[in-house]
Amino acid sequence: MKAFLSELRGAVLGTLVLALVTCGLYPLAVWAIAQAAFPDQANGSLIVDTDGTVRGSRLIGQGFTGAGYFHPRPSAAGAYGYDAANSGGSNLGPTSQKLHDALRDRVAAYRIENGLNEADRVPADAVTASGSGLDPHISPRNAALQASRVARHRGMSVEQVTALIQQHTTQPGFGVLGEPGVHVLELNLALDGKGRRMNDER
Amino acid sequence: MNASGWLQLALYVGALALVTQPLGRYLCQVLDARGRTGLDPVLKPLERLTYRIMGVTPEREHDWKQYAAALLLFSLVSCVFTYALLRLQHLLPLNPQGLGPVSGHLAFNTAVSFTTNTNWQSYGGEGTMSQLSQMVALTLHHFTSAAVGIGVAAALVRGIARSSARTLGNFWCDLVRTTYYLLLPLCLVFAVFLVSQGMIQNFRPYTRARLVEPVRTLVEARNDRGEIVPDADGTPMMEERVVEEQVIIQGPMASQVAIKMLGTNGGGYANANAAHPFENPTPLSNFLQMLSIFAIGSGLTGYLGRMTGNPAHGWSVWAAMMVLFVAGVLLCWWGEARGNPMHQGLGIVADDGNLEGKEVRFGLFNSALFATITTAASCGAVNAMHDSFTALGGLVPLFNMELGEVLIGGVGAGLYGMLVFVILAVFIAGLMVGRTPEYLGKKIQAFEVRMAMLALLVLTLSILGFTAWAAVSPWGLAGLNNAGPHGLSEILYAYSSATANNGSAFGGLNANTPWYNVTLGLAMLLGRYLMILPILALAGSLVAKRSSPPGAGTFPVAGGTFVLLLLGTVLLLGALNFLPVLALGPVVEHFLNAQGQRF
Repeated sequence: MKAFLSELRGAVLGTLVLALVTCGLYPLAVWAIAQAAFPDQANGSLIVDTDGTVRGSRLIGQGFTGAGYFHPRPSAAGAYGYDAANSGGSNLGPTSQKLHDALRDRVAAYRIENGLNEADRVPADAVTASGSGLDPHISPRNAALQASRVARHRGMSVEQVTALIQQHTTQPGFGVLGEPGVHVLELNLALDGKGRRMNDER
Repeated sequence: MNASGWLQLALYVGALALVTQPLGRYLCQVLDARGRTGLDPVLKPLERLTYRIMGVTPEREHDWKQYAAALLLFSLVSCVFTYALLRLQHLLPLNPQGLGPVSGHLAFNTAVSFTTNTNWQSYGGEGTMSQLSQMVALTLHHFTSAAVGIGVAAALVRGIARSSARTLGNFWCDLVRTTYYLLLPLCLVFAVFLVSQGMIQNFRPYTRARLVEPVRTLVEARNDRGEIVPDADGTPMMEERVVEEQVIIQGPMASQVAIKMLGTNGGGYANANAAHPFENPTPLSNFLQMLSIFAIGSGLTGYLGRMTGNPAHGWSVWAAMMVLFVAGVLLCWWGEARGNPMHQGLGIVADDGNLEGKEVRFGLFNSALFATITTAASCGAVNAMHDSFTALGGLVPLFNMELGEVLIGGVGAGLYGMLVFVILAVFIAGLMVGRTPEYLGKKIQAFEVRMAMLALLVLTLSILGFTAWAAVSPWGLAGLNNAGPHGLSEILYAYSSATANNGSAFGGLNANTPWYNVTLGLAMLLGRYLMILPILALAGSLVAKRSSPPGAGTFPVAGGTFVLLLLGTVLLLGALNFLPVLALGPVVEHFLNAQGQRF
């Protein structure tokens, strides 16, 4: 019994002491270092307007539907997509009828939007939902296919838009890690800053 | 399957091989009560103070029963602690979103899940857990469950290495030293690195951002009570809404994510886990997160080699793990790169492979690699949604867990799981040559083999038993997100993940129901403690035996023959147990998919 009580004391006090160290001191230490060394990243890499309004995070995608904007990937986050407080994927499997139908409709819509033929293949990232539903990137091929639409609706030349795409393309880390991606939110903000925004047909 | 993928695979395996011996060397010091490390000036006073508060005498070692009792007691107390915090989170501070208490069955499931190093999450983090719950109730177990696992592995290794002894080490000492000397310093460095990549670490309420382009959308109409309003046909009424804001999560994420990876816990801060751009911002953060999942488990094979005075044995175990692991990566990658023929028929670029549920910045290869790593170890973090993998791509994570997560494996759990297979392999070799089997000078007799088999049978019975039960019950089928064979895979995945203490999911399954929460909780308890108890008994039996020097007829436990025999044992037992159910799930799905069958 005495041995049991002594071990019980170890368990109870051990829980409390370890909680204090690993859940109190440790996160506070990380917080202090992070806020001092990387305050921008530690607070969400926020994009702030000149008037102080937060317009989003550089890491988190937003939905765009206007013809003068680049469109991100479909999103399964939240009820209407790109809900940053409800991250997640569709979780639909390879034989799902629902996924099949959604892909069929998105392929058709993508072809119409971007003036492609029935025979033209559509990049997979343009019609599939990401795992987080907040993917900020699209593939370079997807961006290139959207360039002429965006240029037309903004009264810009395709070369101007293509140059902007390149500016906002992230290359693989150290040339090898991961895949290249075009940052949709930053690209669209750059477009808004550069060209006038034409009517969005909405 | 492009060149960049092959190069990244080579980089990954190379980096892992590089960290194995330094970590193994360091573990020898950490797991010795009198060990010395460079951090002693800072941490020794804290360690001494902790022992004094807990009333622990580090020199007094435990025999296997005392070790097991202390371990169970600690797990029970810390589990109750977490359950209480979750139930009371609405009354406690650091809850800027004003989240309510966690329901009873969910709190039970979650407390068990984190205590057993499973980190199965029946909930979405952002909308359920307050910052205090995330930071204390859950993160505590990220550290301690990892330390407990490493402690058990160390106890088993001591059982093998010591001759004619009785004790296996002091549980409290292993717990405290592993937490302080191994996990905390690594996590501190890793967390700060993750912040530099873009991960958040703050105590602010969620940020409201004004969208660059407001989104016009149709959503299901809800009445004042938040219920969906059906129209005359019973389908939900839709209403147009203009969404102008995006709510961006905030909180102490980096400190939690660092230990979630290093401790092979896997419980994410956000629902999308390491697919969330905050939780895994760049390909570099992704690479180091993958490395951190395997780092300590890999280092433990180095610890095994050093402690038993047979480094080649440590490397041989590592090699066997790596062979199966790389084979899994290749199959998974191949499946995902090949993509879904049915979807390609719709006009999608075939070379893009299967991108449903994957992030552009990681692409096919890093998603397949991450999925294989996280299930080969008992991590369970995900950077892509396994539920949307192709049938064969999804088979790999499933099979990894059903092997008992012994390919590097969870911290500690992977090593003691693999040593069970080593003992069986040596036993089989002994039977083949007709000698009493020996393992590193210790005779393997009926008791050892019985304990090893017990540990394996628990895994099989729990996974197959619960899956069969759920698959024929209304409560089991109600949670499915996919029909047909994929539905069975969702259930099988859930109980494999719970029993093997992994925590990843075919996430479409809605498991946040009383039945699922309770049965999954039981599967986690069985998979953790009915595994640990036979293993400690095994260690207790081995430690008492006298080590005899190897003779001419001793089966060598290093080199190619041993690696092959070990591989054969793992595959044979894993495959025999689970091939029938895998044939009904992913295998039949693969063929139906090729025929264009949909559900």
